Amino acid sequence: MGALTKAELAERLYEEVGLNKREAKEMVEAFFNEIREALGHNEQVKLSGFGNFDLRDKKQRPGRNPKTGEEIPISARRVVTFRPGQKLKAKVEAYAGTQS
Amino acid sequence: MTKSELIEIIASKQPQLSVKDVELAVKTILDQMSNALAQGNRIEIRGFGSFSLHFRSPRVGRNPKTGDSVQLEAKNVPHFKPGKELRDQVNSGLKKGY
Repeated sequence: MGALTKAELAERLYEEVGLNKREAKEMVEAFFNEIREALGHNEQVKLSGFGNFDLRDKKQRPGRNPKTGEEIPISARRVVTFRPGQKLKAKVEAYAGTQS
Repeated sequence: MTKSELIEIIASKQPQLSVKDVELAVKTILDQMSNALAQGNRIEIRGFGSFSLHFRSPRVGRNPKTGDSVQLEAKNVPHFKPGKELRDQVNSGLKKGY
């Protein structure tokens, strides 16, 4: 099977929750949009059983253009990190194959 | 923001759906995502990011209390790579002073 996408998630909501196709599509969009919105306002997002989306502020640091070797500062920025929850970690740990 | 807050926010913006429907939908989305990863599949959400597994080789660890060495099996851990839109939105939040 290929990667799980928004289209497939919407299909599941249609089949399993009984939302109509439009509602299902909107629900999937709303789910990711609201998480992104919260993170955009510097608000941590905690989805119990799945994991937490945390925010980290990075200071400016020196960088280099790998092609030219020229020194250019990497500007201060805020980044998102994902910390999987215990339940998700345990589920995934059991997967025996190596990642495709 | 917690899962129940997320459910409330979505429900308030989708008045045609009951909180129960939204609750079930959010649970279904998260279950699908967990199951995909548990089966070794990737998740690719355009504008948000992608989830995949990272392989961890077997290694000898130590019990920090006793100092005994323990053999740790190979395992996979979930990994998230934020997409461009998410990176930009979070970073512009910093510039807006959030």
